[in-house]
Amino acid sequence: MNRLKKVLKRVNFRFILKSKHLLAIMTLFCICCIIATFASGLTTAPFQDATAVVIVPFEKSINRIGKVFNDINNSFKEKDDLIAENEQLKQQLDTLTTENGKLISSQSELLRLQQLYELDQEYSDFPKIAAKIISKDPSNWYSTFMINKGTNDGIRVNNNVIAGKGLVGIVTDVGTNWATVRSIIDDSSNVSASAVSTGDNCIIQGDLELIEEGKLRITQLYDLDDKVTIGERIVTSNISEKYVEGLFIGYVSEVKQDTNNLTKTGTVVTPVDFSHLKEVFVITVNKSDMIDEQAEVTSVEE
Amino acid sequence: MKSKIILACTILCSFLCQCTILNHISIGAIKPNLLVILCVSMGLMRGRKSGLWTGFFTGVLIDLFYGSVFGVYALIYMYIGFFSGYANRIYFDDDVKVPMIMVCIADFAYGLAVYVFVFLLRGRLAIDTYFLRIILPEIFYSVILTFFVYRFYHFINDRFMTSAKKERKSIWVLK
Repeated sequence: MNRLKKVLKRVNFRFILKSKHLLAIMTLFCICCIIATFASGLTTAPFQDATAVVIVPFEKSINRIGKVFNDINNSFKEKDDLIAENEQLKQQLDTLTTENGKLISSQSELLRLQQLYELDQEYSDFPKIAAKIISKDPSNWYSTFMINKGTNDGIRVNNNVIAGKGLVGIVTDVGTNWATVRSIIDDSSNVSASAVSTGDNCIIQGDLELIEEGKLRITQLYDLDDKVTIGERIVTSNISEKYVEGLFIGYVSEVKQDTNNLTKTGTVVTPVDFSHLKEVFVITVNKSDMIDEQAEVTSVEE
Repeated sequence: MKSKIILACTILCSFLCQCTILNHISIGAIKPNLLVILCVSMGLMRGRKSGLWTGFFTGVLIDLFYGSVFGVYALIYMYIGFFSGYANRIYFDDDVKVPMIMVCIADFAYGLAVYVFVFLLRGRLAIDTYFLRIILPEIFYSVILTFFVYRFYHFINDRFMTSAKKERKSIWVLK
């Protein structure tokens, strides 16, 4: 009997891991995961969906509570503030009306030119759906966020995301009722872009050092004639694999020659206010679909 | 078993808060790091193994939804939890000053680890900017938040979780 107890004790003892051994095992496990993701593109989609079932509904409701707090906050605003704001808005309205007039005239000009060149493929009528931002990245290092629409609404990976004024980012992960978006100001984001007036290609990179100023870094701008100046409009380029052509990114705010005397670098100001972004539009057509469609059309014509 | 469920709920709630509510109280686009506070608290109150598991699952949640490479955050948070577990033997867990100092160290280590793993490897060398702009404000803000949140975690641990000593034989606690 005693012997049995001793044996049991010994067996029992074997199942208790020392904490440092446990640490070693788990470290090994994590490193294996990291290597697996790098080597074979290991996908975590099933786990993502399983945990999203628990997390996303909470996030949606918490967000609603946050909105209520915001509303309460707003209702406490002083009357004076509102009057001042009204004044300011009136001024803004004036400037906007004049701007609008200009835009209307330039739009009619555009229409005329399009008819002239038979540019039927207008990119303003992409199929879009509106989505709300329900949560943001937990750390301060990244600029990714989660939206409340997913595969059920037709969102797929690599869909482009825009807000009222310009390009916001790209869908990186998608579940049934959620999707994560990496914004273009994220430090790991690269967008192939081009300058509108000259058509010179460049790369727009997010940079953590510039986020505060609402700027992006522009690199590899090949502009030998020095035609790209401050204020130049930058849009997504036609050679980009993932971004639909012609989406507005921002205005050039600074540009200087590289030491190689061939390319230029600088910064771009984005019109999107990323820190107060609440709603975005997702373009549900990918660049690759459009290329396929065009290929089909041409093959039919042949 | 009960403590494990409570721990899982605490991790989940903290993660949800970090992603949603803390965005509303961020100052200058910097928010405090509640998850580091959680790992440090659990390590301090319940020992190395609890800290390790808390950190691991917190990191996995982040990796699943926001990480680009699966496992990096799990690794970082796991080590934070594990090393704060060493304090379990040395300090009493009912004084808020100890976790505040530990969060300060842990958040600095966390910031440094993220910089090395994610930024330095891509050739971004401006550590001074990152330190002044992100790491330092985050530490400061997190330490202040610890003052309020630690009592809450301590209450959960005291009231709802069985004391770590009773589970000496499980792999969840300090051995």
